[in-house]
Amino acid sequence: MASKGLRKVVAMSDTPFDVSAGQGGPGKKRWSLLRIGGRFWSWVWFILGAVYFLVPLFATLRHSLRMERDVIGFKAYERAFEDPSFLETFLLSNALAVATIVCSALLIVPTAYWIRLRLPQARRIAEFITLLPFVIPAIILVFGLIRTYSTHFTIPFTDIELFQPLTTTKFGTYALITAGYMVLAMPYMYRSVDTGMRVVDIRTLTEAAQSLGAGWFTIITQVILPNVRSALLSGALLTFAIVVGEVTLASFLGVDAFGPYLFLIGQHKAYEPAALSFVTFLMTWFAMGMIQFVTGGQGQATGAH
Amino acid sequence: MAQTSLPLPNAKEPSNLKNWLGVSPFFLFAILFILFPSLYLVEGSFINQEGQFTLQNYADLLRSPAIVNAYKLSIQISAATAIGGGIFGFLLAYSITVGGLPRQLRSALITFSGVASNFAGVPLAFAFIATLGRRGFVTLLLKDNLNIDLYQAGFDLYTFWGLTAIYMFFQFPLMVLVMVPALDGLKREWREAAENLGASYFQYWTRVAMPILLPSILGSMILLFGNAFGAYATAYALTGGRLGIITIQIGAQIRGDVLHNPGLGYAMAMGMVIIMAVSLIGYSWLQKVSERWLR
Repeated sequence: MASKGLRKVVAMSDTPFDVSAGQGGPGKKRWSLLRIGGRFWSWVWFILGAVYFLVPLFATLRHSLRMERDVIGFKAYERAFEDPSFLETFLLSNALAVATIVCSALLIVPTAYWIRLRLPQARRIAEFITLLPFVIPAIILVFGLIRTYSTHFTIPFTDIELFQPLTTTKFGTYALITAGYMVLAMPYMYRSVDTGMRVVDIRTLTEAAQSLGAGWFTIITQVILPNVRSALLSGALLTFAIVVGEVTLASFLGVDAFGPYLFLIGQHKAYEPAALSFVTFLMTWFAMGMIQFVTGGQGQATGAH
Repeated sequence: MAQTSLPLPNAKEPSNLKNWLGVSPFFLFAILFILFPSLYLVEGSFINQEGQFTLQNYADLLRSPAIVNAYKLSIQISAATAIGGGIFGFLLAYSITVGGLPRQLRSALITFSGVASNFAGVPLAFAFIATLGRRGFVTLLLKDNLNIDLYQAGFDLYTFWGLTAIYMFFQFPLMVLVMVPALDGLKREWREAAENLGASYFQYWTRVAMPILLPSILGSMILLFGNAFGAYATAYALTGGRLGIITIQIGAQIRGDVLHNPGLGYAMAMGMVIIMAVSLIGYSWLQKVSERWLR
């Protein structure tokens, strides 16, 4: 509405009888001059931003290459990778990331699909739930998870016991931390998948598949999944970036993941932490670059801290 | 599920139960891992050490100077980085959208913002120790070449200003990511109309562009505030728990009941949730306002 009205105004002012034509000349000149001035400032902001980005990374890289006196070399990287704990914790973090991504996809793809197709009235509440992790930061989440699952599990405000404490077994702890990571990743995963489904018009796809005689399993695995692949992949990569270096949940739940390991060697060593920090940065960069690549620059790329 | 004759939602069926069953795993997950943990914290905050209902924990919360100061410091750092990061991020987003910089710089900056806004926690703290620590790259550079001693001038990475500098690293990129779509939403016609009606460039920005963008800018700053307020790992990795922001206090309480009153710890956590909830409500309200013009 409004923009249509404005367009009319623009069309009018192009006529030779335009009342503002008198001031139009110098006014326009002033605009273009200001825009050139604006471009100068744009460069200033851009360069300042680039400096803020790059200097800490350069400093980290520089520090990591100076383990041996007066020589620039990869000694710190060699040392860091040699440590068996590095590989152990790193692999564990990757496994947790994969578990989080798979479980999130299994939970969220059918839900987002079902809500779009059959249950639009659940949309608001589902969106509300996916926003909750913003209100409950990781430190609060882990506080609540510990209080809930490190004792015999009862329904809140009652004494009805449902199951044994999860944190006493290794598997229980891994399951709990995966669930916690799923909560942290939920906003990004859900939004990504939901947007993907809006774009491809899943209703028409479903009707077409049904009219060809496909069942629900076939529809989801053969029709819906391939169509939301890039949305799912971008959500997955973001989840990966969040989970691999995560510290808060891992350290409070006592999981020997990569984040707590990095923290630990930071307390005792000088050069290896810089090396591993730089590697982490490269991995984050890789994940974000892949998101840009798979979504053609349309993907969201913000995570939690 | 039968695969024959599946009624699509247009055919209104009275019984919705089966449809709700389809989303039950998701809601069950949310109940088990979001709702229950939160309720347990709520429950704990209203219980005293004898196990009876009480409001004392909340009263103690406001009476304890250590906790009040922790909230204050957290709010100060979050507000400083939200406003500083918000302004700088906006200027950067401006420069790559309407500021007339080459297109390649735009995609480079957006990718980099995605990386930086996710590059937090332990590695970020280490990167800044290597940069602005006592023997950091920039610290030495300034000292050796320009004879400026940051630490003698009162700067310390392990205090308010240091943490603010570090948080800025992920704050302003986040602002870039949320502001670029808003700035892209400024319609060309609005600018042309203003120009043709004889408005100055300054008038266009103050009377047209800014009123449209302002809700979105403020909303994004609130988002940044929450982002910094909930951060734990970066500060912990940097100071090992010495800088008393609220998340670190909560962490200490989880590790070993330093307050000697679990209920007070839960109340402390609830205070944080309340502040986060208020900012989220403010954010979504401003988001709705800004959607009137920017879609």
